[in-house]
Order: sequence, then structure tokens, then C-alpha cells
Amino acid sequence: MKTRRDFIKISALGLGAVALTTGTSKMGLGLPLFGNESKPGKPGEPVRRIPTYCEVCFWKCAGWAHVDAQGRIVKVTGNDDDPQCNGRLCPRGTGGVGMVYDEDRLKKPLIRVTENGEQTYREASWEEALDYVANKLKEISGKYGPESIALFNHGTPGSHFTHLLKAMGSDSIAAPSYAQCRGPREVGFETTFGAEIGSPEPTDIRDTSCMVLIGSHIGENMHNTQIQEMSDAIDKGAVIITVDPRLSTAASKSKYWLPIKPATDIALLLSWIHVLIYDELYNKEYVGMHTSGFDELKENIRNYTPEWAYGITTIDPETIRKTAKEMADAAPSVIIHPGRHVAWYGDDAQRSRAIALLNALLGSWGARGGFFMKEGAAIPKFEHKLYPLPAWSWHDVLNGRYPYARESVTTSFIEASVASPENKHQVHAWLIAGTNLPMAVPVKELLLKAIEELDFIVVVDTMPTEVTGFADVILPECTYLERYDGLRNSPHRVPTVALRAPAIEPMYESKPAWWIAKQLGERMGLHDYFPYEDYKEVIDWQLNQMGFSLGEFEKIGVKVLPRTKGEPYLDNSQPHAFNTRSGKIELYSHELAASGFDPVPVYKPHSEPEEGYYRLIYGRAPMHTFSRTANNPNLTDLMKENSVWVNPRVAKLWGLKNGEYTYLKNQDGVISGFPIKVRVTERIRWDSVYMVHGFGHHKKELTRAFGKGANDTELITNVLIDPMMGATGMRGNFVTFVTNNDEMTKEVES
Amino acid sequence: MRYAMAIDTLKCVGCSDCVVACQLENNVPIGFCRDWVTETVDGSYPNVEIELRSERCNHCDNSPCVRCCPTGASHIEDGGIVLVTQDKCIGCGACIQSCPYDARYSHPEGYVDKCTFCIHRVRKGEKPACVAVCPTKCMYFGDLDDPNSEITNILKNRKFKALAPEAGTNPHIFYLI
Repeated sequence: MKTRRDFIKISALGLGAVALTTGTSKMGLGLPLFGNESKPGKPGEPVRRIPTYCEVCFWKCAGWAHVDAQGRIVKVTGNDDDPQCNGRLCPRGTGGVGMVYDEDRLKKPLIRVTENGEQTYREASWEEALDYVANKLKEISGKYGPESIALFNHGTPGSHFTHLLKAMGSDSIAAPSYAQCRGPREVGFETTFGAEIGSPEPTDIRDTSCMVLIGSHIGENMHNTQIQEMSDAIDKGAVIITVDPRLSTAASKSKYWLPIKPATDIALLLSWIHVLIYDELYNKEYVGMHTSGFDELKENIRNYTPEWAYGITTIDPETIRKTAKEMADAAPSVIIHPGRHVAWYGDDAQRSRAIALLNALLGSWGARGGFFMKEGAAIPKFEHKLYPLPAWSWHDVLNGRYPYARESVTTSFIEASVASPENKHQVHAWLIAGTNLPMAVPVKELLLKAIEELDFIVVVDTMPTEVTGFADVILPECTYLERYDGLRNSPHRVPTVALRAPAIEPMYESKPAWWIAKQLGERMGLHDYFPYEDYKEVIDWQLNQMGFSLGEFEKIGVKVLPRTKGEPYLDNSQPHAFNTRSGKIELYSHELAASGFDPVPVYKPHSEPEEGYYRLIYGRAPMHTFSRTANNPNLTDLMKENSVWVNPRVAKLWGLKNGEYTYLKNQDGVISGFPIKVRVTERIRWDSVYMVHGFGHHKKELTRAFGKGANDTELITNVLIDPMMGATGMRGNFVTFVTNNDEMTKEVES
Repeated sequence: MRYAMAIDTLKCVGCSDCVVACQLENNVPIGFCRDWVTETVDGSYPNVEIELRSERCNHCDNSPCVRCCPTGASHIEDGGIVLVTQDKCIGCGACIQSCPYDARYSHPEGYVDKCTFCIHRVRKGEKPACVAVCPTKCMYFGDLDDPNSEITNILKNRKFKALAPEAGTNPHIFYLI
């Protein structure tokens, strides 16, 4: 039965009574879980430490949770032996303890009910909630096939539900990390080098002589290893070149800041390629040994002179030549950084390919100080029954589009959830774990339509994020500091394995994702896929297979393993088999040409703001992750709202003063849900405004985050789709300031 | 023994990790802080420069806070660390007014609180929490009287400045520029 799904305030029924009383009491005040006896100690004085790896972002730094004698986590610090963090967490990791003690956490399973004609939630026991979810999923799977149940996920909880879905026979699994984030760069590099970038990025920043950042703001995005190594590179005198319409923190540390006109990056990249080739600055030996298609590239790039690029990018030809020379002088110890969130203008895979081509011409792929050849740990798979083969999968909902998508595309699954004659396959239920879709995927209308039509939605989260308001059932997950999870395997210079063990028992009635997935699996007759009582057994078995033990890992947390695949750098004295069609680095791609795409990137102009409108640029703040941390008491104490950066000339024109609030309206008439503080600063161009993503929460249950700042995602209504791989480009939106009272009294959805 | 701190403004990204690490290490209540980050912007687009600084008590030799304290709660410990003895402090706030760096705050429990250079960690041979956590490794802490210490060397080799030199306090936080 299709029901109208109202966005519900979670606290509507009964939740007030839960409060903190069920907190630590259930498990006896969070008693120590491990053998090392708790010493007596004052509150706040750490008496034991438990290994973990961070889940506040995707970097997953290994650390220690320090717990006092009363069973409270006092602080979290980095693990000295983890090459990914070297004992230093970023502010989010340090403040991760705030995720545990945020009193707004989801505390009990909730089920959507109608009371007196109004939809609301009521508290339920786990038994009831799990039975209900398992029965609904079985019913939908029986009626439409298991493939009609889709999972949207992010982070480690996702891996447990991925296992559940695959056990059910569904491969309808998507994460915003691809089409909303790093997908385009994976395609740009794969079509050039036959290898994706992946996470963490194999950039050898520590030893680089020159790093080029294009819209990538390391230092504001706190990808820990990257920021640590950028600092090392600064110490060693590396040249940093930053291309950004905004004086980012990284730009302020750079020898060259190129304050480019937004949306013209490809023109700059092509002109750099032109200079490298026509001024013969490229790495001839490397290009001769490892690449194909140089002559075609040279011919294609003939007209892209720095003088041509000047009129497009506003970067003067002398600077373009000088910076190209800096890169060539440093080569091969040079990194044209691939960036991370690169879904900008709809031609992002091609822009990423231009970045890949520059790296190829400089010989930095496989070079010390360029890109190293990463290696992960060989962690054996825990055996279980083979997954059934799904009748259809994510490829099939692309409907023939996006031939270069190598991972599933979130928006295709959202489209497949709305009945349409074009749908060959229909999605009927969603499981959402660890991702706040309304603030992650910029397709609000489509999302609401899908939510309206779906038969069933389950959300697993630690916090009452926006997406929980659309759920039929909400299952409260415990935080990463309260659970075991799969071993961390982050391919880098050396393979490493890291353990996450619970520092305290789960608070309230929250549960680990692995437990929730197993409980659902058991109820759906999938016992053979979950042959363990505790996920700890899986970890223990894996570690034993590798010659280690859980006991040892509880003491050390992380272990660095030797490389088995030789040096992390390419041997340039002999050919290397690249995983491309030609076996070489493809400077000119016949494959792209054959599938109807440009074999060499081409600059195409993008739309520009009308008078009175400014391009909306968004980014990160070092103390927040996505929309996930805006309610964390420790992190909101560092930054409680975002602001809109406005150039002083623009501010003067609009009469905007520093510190006052304004609403923003985009080109489609969408007004921000809440006003945003104006920051008048010379750090931003006059044709653009900037804000940090992840604020402007509509959920009142997020008591610290509610109404603080504006949500960039709701202002992104012009989505520019990359035809190669389906990324949702978000930088083609323009906003203006609304100071008129009538428009400001717009009703806020909540 | 003379403890001091040097902070490299060329590496600091202003992430505030030092702030949250200090708050958790020293149980500073939410809404208060012993260290903080400032940003100054100079110039106009596109010729703009910024300086990010992690600031805290300067542990001055000539400390106005110690001079004006009516109870002797504010005092200088071995190594030049300026401290407040909590149970001697009457919370009058004179020291807060006298500090040129605005480094002190009134703790909700009635005393004045500030950076201690994490003396409890330093005595165990550890670095202050802010120094230990900094992802950019832009902070250096040590003994200026030791000619071989990292901080002595870095101040020998790098250009640096201190804040509010006009106050004549002889501060011991140095900014590498």
C-alpha cells in the first residue's frame, strides 16, 4: 500500500521519557570490556585505552579511546604507529567523542504510526522493529524480487548492510561518494592510466617538489595524511600552485595562487598541456616509454595557447608559462592533485582526464614525489555461503546511460524508485545507512517523489538526521566508539591493518550495524551468511589467518605490514603493462572516441550568472564532515554555523554588513531555509560567493544544528550531469541576496 | 629551565584541532576555551594574504596577571609557566582585565582558568595536548635554556614575532613568519 510519507518530527511521541536514564545503566555503567583491569581513578582521568579507527570522516585514522574508571570516554587520540595519522587526529577525530555524548542521539527503534490522523513515530522494542522490518523486506522481495530493495550507504555501517543485501540477492547498492563526489576523477584517471585514484589518494605529497591544487582545499578538507604531508612539503620548500577563485587556506600557503574565473579550469589545464608540449618541457623519456597517442594529443592541443586561455580564465599567459615551467622543473616529483569532490560542471570526468594527462606528460604517475603504487593488506574473506546472483543490478537501472560509470549511480536508483514507463526495473524499498540523502544528493524534487512512492524505508543512523524523517522504521546505530567493525584496510605506501574495538558498551538501546544486519538476516532465513554470534569472531578469525591475534591487536591497534608487490615506484627503464586497451598510458583515447566522447578533453563554456547573481561555490571546514557533525557538541563549539563569503565590492553594492544575516535565492527562485551570516572578505571573487557545506539543518531534533546557517544542497537545483559517468555537477548554480521582508517570511519545512 | 612555544604560521591551517584537544585534555567546559585561532586578512582581491594563529596565554616573564592578583593565586611556576591555583582564586577577574592577550576566562565553577602549557603532561615528559595533536606539526614546545632543544634551534634559524610587544610583558609564545 502506498502511503503519503510525511516528514516527521521524531520527538513527537514518547521519546521525552527515555532521556539519559537508560544511558550507561543497561550494561552496568559501561564496565571495561577487556582483560586489563580498570585501575581506580578520578572522573576524567584515563585509566585504559581501547583501539579504534575514526568514523567521523572516511579517512579512518587509527587511534585510541581513553576511558576513565567511571567508564566514560575522556578523549580520543591518534595511534603513533598508524602511517595514516602518525599519532595526530584532525579536529573531527579529536572531537569524535562528541558523537557519543550528543544527547540528541537516536536512542530506541522507532516505527511510523498514524495517531489521530497524524503521522508520528512510536518507540518499539528491537524485537518488534526487527520483526517488522524483516517481514516487510521479505514481503517486498517476494513480490518484486530482492533486487527491488536498494541500499544507500556510507562508511563502515554500509559494509554490513551491503553484506545483508547481497545475501538477499540484491546488488542495488549505491553511495553518494561516487556520483556526488569522487567518481569523475576515477574515470579521468582510469581512461588515462588504466587505474583509479581510490581512497586514500596515492599522492606522494611528503616527497614532492611541486604540488598543484585545482579547487582542492587541503587544510580545509582535513584528509589527515594529505594535510600532514603538505606541511612536510612546505617544510622542505616544495612549490605549491593553487588554482581557486577563493583564497583558500592552501592558496594562502602557495607560491602561486591563480585566482581563476570559476568554471574555466579545463581551459587552464589545456593551456598547461600546450606549454609542456610546444615548449618541449614534457618528460620525453617517460612519454616515450609509457604512453601512446602523443602525436594526436599534440595535434589536438595545438590551439590552446596561454594567450587563448587568458581570455577565458583571466590568468595571464606569463603566469601560465611560469607555473608550467615550475611543474616541469620539479618533474617527475610533481603532483597535479586529482582532488576529491569533483562533481562540478558536468564535464568533470574530462577535466579529471586533463589533470591525468598533465601528470602523464610530467611522468609523475609512479614517481617518488608524484603518485606511488599503493598496496593494501591481504585480509582473508570470512567464509559464508555464496551470494545468489541478482537478476538485475545497478548497470541495468542506468538505462544505457553513463558507459564509464564503474560504480553505481545514486540518482539512477532514485529515478528507478519513481514509477515511469522508462523504468525497466522498479525499486520498491530503501535501506539507508550512514548517509543523509537530502543533504548529500542534490535532487530534492526527485527524492521527494521517490520517497512518496516507495513501499518501505528503513534508516539506520546514530543521529536524527533529515533522512530519518522519511523513514517507516528508524533503527538507532551505536557510534564507532561503541562497536567492533571490519578491519581497516587502507591501501597506501605500505599495507596496514587497524582494529576498531568498543571503548564502552553501546549507550541507550543503540546497536552496532553488524548486529542489526545479522538480526535482519536471521529473520529472513539467511542464517548461513551470518555464521557468528559476535562480529568479533570474524575479526579474530581473520587476524589468526594472518598470523596475528585479536588480543595482540587490542594492545597495538594497528600494524604495518611489509609490501609484497615491490617498490611503490615505477621502474622507468622498462615498459610497464598499464591496464588500458593499448597497455600504455592513453594520451589520446580511441576508446573514448569510439564511444562518442572527446578523445582529448575540450573546453566548453559553462553558463554564467545573470546580473545580480553570483556563482555558488561550496566547500569544507576543517572541523566538520558533510552534514554529519553539525550537532556534535565539541565540534559545534568550534564552528556552529556557516557563513556566506562576499567580496567587499559586492557587499557594498547590496549594503551587506559583516556579521548580518541574509537569505539566499537561487536562479530557480529557491530561497534558503534559513538566513546565513554574511562574511565580507577579500578572499572571494566578486562573481562568486562561498559557503561551507553541511549546515542549515531542518530537523528540530538536532537541537544545536537546527536553523544554523544555510544548506547549499537545497540551493543546488541546476544539476549538470556528466554523460560519461553520471556525476551530478553542482557548481552551475547562482544565488542572490534576499533582504526583502516578504520573501524572508517563507515557511520553513520542518 | 624556561618553557616556550613557537608556532609556524606558514604551516598552520587554522583547523582548531589545538582548541578541541585542549578542551578535552583539560576538561574545559563547552563554550569556553584556553586556546583559540585567529585569522587576519590583508590586501584586496587578488593580492590577499592571510595569517592564521593559534593563540593562548603567553606565559610572560613580566606578567600583569600575576602582579595584579590579590590572593597570589596567579603565580609563576618553575620553567616560567604562569598558573592559577584554583582554591586560592576568588574569581575577582582583575587578571582577566590586565591580560593584553585576553587569555583568561571565568570558569563556571568560580575561578579563573587559562592555558597551563599542559604542565601535567609536560612533567611526564609529554608535549602539551595542542602540540601533540597538531596535524600540521606547526607547533614547537620546549626549553629555551637548553641550547640543543628543537625550539631553541628553530628560533635561531627562523624569523619570528611575538604578540603585543608594546605591552612589555616579555611573552613566550613566538610566531614563525
